[in-house]
Amino acid sequence: MALKPRIGIFDFTGCEGCELNHLNFEDQLLDILEHVEIVEWREAMDGRADELDIAFVEGSLSTPDCIERIHEIRRKSKVLVAVGACAVLGGINAMKNIRPIEEVREEVYGKDKYLFPTLPALPLSAVVEVDHSIRGCPMTQLEFLKVFTSLVMGKQPVQEDYAVCVECKLKENECVVEKGMICLGPVTRAGCDAHCPTFGQMCIGCRGLVTDPRLEAMEEILVAQGLSMDEARKKLQMFNANQLEGVTS
Amino acid sequence: MSTNLDIKVHHLTRVEGHGNIVVNMTDGVLEKARLEIVEAPRYFEAMLKGRSFHEAAIITSRICGICSLGHQMTSFKATEQALGLEVSEQTVLLRKLLVHGATLQSNILHALFLAAPDFLKVGSVFPLVASHPDVVKAALRMKRLANEIAEVISGRAVHPISCVPGGFTALPTPAQLLSLKEKLENQMVPDLAFVAEVLASLAAEIPAFTRETEYISLRSDDDYALYDGDICSTDTGRVSDAEYLGMTNEFIVPHSTSKHCKVNRSSYMVGALARWNNNHDRLCPAALAVAGKLGLEPGCYNPFMNTIAQVVEAVHCALDSVEIIDELLTRGIVDEQPNQEPTRFGTGIGATEVPRGILYHEYTYDRQGRIAAANCVIPTGQNLGNIDDDMRQIVPEVLDRPEKEIAHLLEMLVRAYDPCISCSVHMLDVKFVK
Repeated sequence: MALKPRIGIFDFTGCEGCELNHLNFEDQLLDILEHVEIVEWREAMDGRADELDIAFVEGSLSTPDCIERIHEIRRKSKVLVAVGACAVLGGINAMKNIRPIEEVREEVYGKDKYLFPTLPALPLSAVVEVDHSIRGCPMTQLEFLKVFTSLVMGKQPVQEDYAVCVECKLKENECVVEKGMICLGPVTRAGCDAHCPTFGQMCIGCRGLVTDPRLEAMEEILVAQGLSMDEARKKLQMFNANQLEGVTS
Repeated sequence: MSTNLDIKVHHLTRVEGHGNIVVNMTDGVLEKARLEIVEAPRYFEAMLKGRSFHEAAIITSRICGICSLGHQMTSFKATEQALGLEVSEQTVLLRKLLVHGATLQSNILHALFLAAPDFLKVGSVFPLVASHPDVVKAALRMKRLANEIAEVISGRAVHPISCVPGGFTALPTPAQLLSLKEKLENQMVPDLAFVAEVLASLAAEIPAFTRETEYISLRSDDDYALYDGDICSTDTGRVSDAEYLGMTNEFIVPHSTSKHCKVNRSSYMVGALARWNNNHDRLCPAALAVAGKLGLEPGCYNPFMNTIAQVVEAVHCALDSVEIIDELLTRGIVDEQPNQEPTRFGTGIGATEVPRGILYHEYTYDRQGRIAAANCVIPTGQNLGNIDDDMRQIVPEVLDRPEKEIAHLLEMLVRAYDPCISCSVHMLDVKFVK
């Protein structure tokens, strides 16, 4: 990789919160800029680039135009990193995939539904090869810096593959399930330092499922907490609709 | 003077979301001058329907990372009204502090990172790191502190965690609040004064264009309305938020995946300039002094001045945050649980001023506490018609300029509105038949 890697930041269908988190590196932004050259970033700057060392891509793919653009980004980038739950999993957008797409379109735009083409919300990996993933909704700056530093130094970033509960226990948090709350920590991939339970909230599963999650046991817990099976599935689908359908791993 | 124009700015830069500017003029006749919204639809209604009241704000927050806190606040207010959940005075104070943090964060990001490069004639904030290091460092410091307010009170600046319907799941300590107060007084206030000086020296770079329109924002008797208030129009005065549908009137246009709005004229404006025109008498003296320095006068009809109104407002938010923290510290932080026991299941409306203007959420809950119907109207969607109307007036006024310059001026115009296209598309879609 060149001494000063040329990087691009791209967005597809999503809330651009992960992108915003790039601008939220107030303390590190100037240091980062010393080590890379940002050559394309629509949200923050004018201009386009023909060739990139690393592309950081946010958002899920949900229109024919998205599919064309992701192929173009893949072609011109040596390394492609999926950033955030939408790019890695399809994210919260993929909740619409659960229902028939024509029904969804009609509900929103009525008779004008054909004005706006749409596809099921897909993760980047469903269309192009993805080299690395930074999970979370939104991605955390800490994790981004970890992956970013590894890539700039020519190392392979490592991904956690154990449950959020592990990190929550290490932080000695009071278990939110003990407090009567619903929590997806037992099946959700760690790496967030159990941020939500630390602030007294349930884990909503934004980082995706661990490899080989015990879903039946998780559903059993949710049902024991008073949810119907349908509601339990809905909880799990909020961020993981594609993973539960086998679209992504 | 040119009588033919063909401008197409594909995927406008330095705005949130995806939009194109299209202008066509043939033989002196303006055929098209508009902002096309091409953001992919996301169909949030399919996600909200049947979801419990615990999840409404978690989901609507994801419509937009930049406005996530505003969506959450508005969502809580709608849910609490629908379910009859009372919240404590402490919760309201903490929420007001959070809204100030979010407004500061967003206004500073827009004014200094996205809009200022135009005034300094560069393509992004990055060249300014070398040419104007003091401004960039002050902007970064202010943004950090604004985000720190959100982190201390709610756990995270993007998609806040601990604020929930009925209250908070975790509370800040007095020491954390005191530290915020000290940084606001010792960093933010002087940084804002410095930035105001710099902007005053660039006043000539703000295009002189005026078009009077209708300005709509919240208004309150007690304060500079951000968290709560009545709907107020410069044309027709105040009405209750229960009348929001008549104050928005959404309609579909083919060139935009986001719906447009109008009330008394063909379009209206929301956002910092609308708040200024309606509520300048509620700003603190220090903010009014900055307005004077930057040439912002009551009854300002220049949309490019929206960026200046954001800076004026930032001064108010910083100083009012200090007052709120003082009040919280005087009262003492009470360790209380969120009130999540519904007393009824019905319909509720939330109206909040988020950085880009007035945001409405309306939910109807069924007897199991699940969403049966939802409607949300977004500031940027409300501004789209006004942007098109501005373009139609501005293009004939600047025809003697080169096409490239006209295109750049139109880009600056759209940016001045600080549009949040993700929101406008993703939320206006949230409508299903009741």
